[in-house]
Amino acid sequence: MEGVVNKQEILRQLREKLEVLEGFRPLPQERQLDFGLGPMADAFPGRCLPMGAVHEFISPSPACAAASTGFISGLLSTLMKNGSICLWVSTRRSLFPPALKSFGIEPHQVIFVDVRNEKEALWTMEQGLKCKSLSAVVAELREVSFDESRRLQLAVEESRVTGFLHRLQPRSENTLACVSRWKIRPLPSVVSDGLPGVGFPLWEVELVKIRNGRPGIWSVGWRDGAFHHTPVTEVAMSQVEKRYA
Amino acid sequence: MPKRFLSIYFTHFAADRMARHHPELRDQPFLLSAHVRGRMVVKDFSPSLEQEGIRQGMVVADVKAIYPSIKVFPDDPAEEEKHLKALAEWSIRYTPLVASDFPDGLLLDISGCPHLWGGERPYLETITGCFQHNGYDTRAAIADTIGAAWAVAHFGQNMTIVEPDGQAQVLQSLPPAAIRLDAVTLDRLEKLGFKQVGQFSHIPRPNLRRRFGEALLNRLDQALGKAPEALEYVKPTPLYREQLPCIEPIRTAPGIGFALKRLLESLCERLAKEGKGLRSGIFICHRIDGKTVQISIGTNRASCNAEHLFKLFELKIPTLEPALGIELFELEASLVEEVSETQESLWATENTDHKAISELLDRIAGKVGMNAIHRYLPQDRYWPELSIREATTLNEKPETDWCTERLRPLHLLAHPEPVEVMVPLPDYPPVHFRYKGKLYNIVKADGPERIEQEWWIQTGPPRDYYQLEDENGARYWLFRLGLYDGESPKWFLHGYFA
Repeated sequence: MEGVVNKQEILRQLREKLEVLEGFRPLPQERQLDFGLGPMADAFPGRCLPMGAVHEFISPSPACAAASTGFISGLLSTLMKNGSICLWVSTRRSLFPPALKSFGIEPHQVIFVDVRNEKEALWTMEQGLKCKSLSAVVAELREVSFDESRRLQLAVEESRVTGFLHRLQPRSENTLACVSRWKIRPLPSVVSDGLPGVGFPLWEVELVKIRNGRPGIWSVGWRDGAFHHTPVTEVAMSQVEKRYA
Repeated sequence: MPKRFLSIYFTHFAADRMARHHPELRDQPFLLSAHVRGRMVVKDFSPSLEQEGIRQGMVVADVKAIYPSIKVFPDDPAEEEKHLKALAEWSIRYTPLVASDFPDGLLLDISGCPHLWGGERPYLETITGCFQHNGYDTRAAIADTIGAAWAVAHFGQNMTIVEPDGQAQVLQSLPPAAIRLDAVTLDRLEKLGFKQVGQFSHIPRPNLRRRFGEALLNRLDQALGKAPEALEYVKPTPLYREQLPCIEPIRTAPGIGFALKRLLESLCERLAKEGKGLRSGIFICHRIDGKTVQISIGTNRASCNAEHLFKLFELKIPTLEPALGIELFELEASLVEEVSETQESLWATENTDHKAISELLDRIAGKVGMNAIHRYLPQDRYWPELSIREATTLNEKPETDWCTERLRPLHLLAHPEPVEVMVPLPDYPPVHFRYKGKLYNIVKADGPERIEQEWWIQTGPPRDYYQLEDENGARYWLFRLGLYDGESPKWFLHGYFA
């Protein structure tokens, strides 16, 4: 019996060692933030969304892109709560700054860099990720190669800035050195008591990959300045299946 | 040392300035007009009109009746003042103490200067000759006091040099206006029959004070040199420029970098001492083949950090072509601003080092261009495209709150895209719409929210905005342009909600 416990202990230590070798360094307890992700937290290593890492979001359509931006904005609002500044890099920006306010972000604390091509966007993102004073860097682009994503990963390992790589309609979903891959799709909003009109935003959040974590699928909404969790209903799931049938 | 003053009076300053800026006017008669009590009055005119009987203060309509073809331009006192200042700064080559005498003169403290030009006469001739050569009509005089020099330049013989202590004698025969009195006093002197200064200068002072006030005595004393008079001298804007000559011509990038570092260090030391920082700088390299090559940088915030500025320049050093070699390096700060340490605390943050961010932005601006960086502030306007304005500086804070009453889409298209819609009834939201050949069935809808044009700026039909959700849950912002009156209004897709 004792041997088994010992074995598990050794395995755990080995795993921790491997994680460090892979460049994964969990943040100290006092610097971890509560993103209000509720049941999603179980998917992350250490029950906390990895900060000081680059997250990848893939949006196949403009409607999905808006949903992804909404989810990213929700995460950003926690990161920027201390009044720090965020850099938003894009090649063809359609983000409307006043709308960020409804996601709990002061739009004037976001600095937009509108570059001409993806090469410049990647360069700018890397420079931003090296700057420790920024809270986060968001980049909207299309194609990223594995080598380019490794450069970004090396930059964040040094500075511990969180990066969000939002890929709009990429040609291929190639492997990247990012810590996670997300796909966000809009879901029909839920209106209580059968009232007419459009309800609060609701998304189907799919965590396709997560380093040292468990992928999963959830339905998450945004209501009153915080994430709002609803169990994935069968209606919603069937809709998703229908769409990908 | 006894003081000597030179007064230069430009008899047609405004007109000469106009002719200098528009050379085609040089041989034509023209007027400059100003609004005085609701009338258009002649402010100045080209010198050739003087013989024709045109005087300052005539009504423009009268002149036009005589010369229907005459050209009339509006007078611009602000520009004239600027131009006069520029002339004063230019005159610093003759004496370090120059004051502009608005609206049409210069006052120079020339004590101890004329001997460098070989005496007062050649000195005076050099200065006036230079102005006349450049198209300015001048009258000038030198005297012991500002008042006397001014009086003789305006009312005495042109190019007079009043002997030391000779001002009392010269002033005797000049009219009272020569000692710079206000209109009310001049009017009173005129009524009492005083046509020359000499007629009242010997009257006992208490009597003069009782009738004309202290100002007349003061002016008289200033002209005679019994009372002091202060001038506000122009200060030339300091030039922030450093030079580094080389013994051997330099051809390599490390060599250029080394020279740049040396120049930046000495310039930044000077800037830091004066509490200033560089906003834009030019690095000029003079090559031995006589040509110059240069690179320039700009910063987001005034900086006197040599290392940071070097990094900005460093990105551009490869674009310099040294050819056979560079023999002289020059660094100039073309725009310099005050550095205030309080800027550090902007945005009231706890752990944000703002300097690091502004340096990051400088690097980005150097690589992708200054116009790529944007920050937005709210503006009190409803038209969605106009509800934000761009912040001009990094430190600007919003004057009004961000409006959250109405939901706005997270993604707004730069230009609304036309869509085809099916609407069951006027003012109802669409049942479906077709965009880029694809059909979207609407399940839920909110609206309309009507946004009118800002009629005081532009006219046009209003927009009725609808929030729509399709069967997949994607949320859109559509608007109808115009009302249902006669023709069918157009529909546009303007954004996506999260």
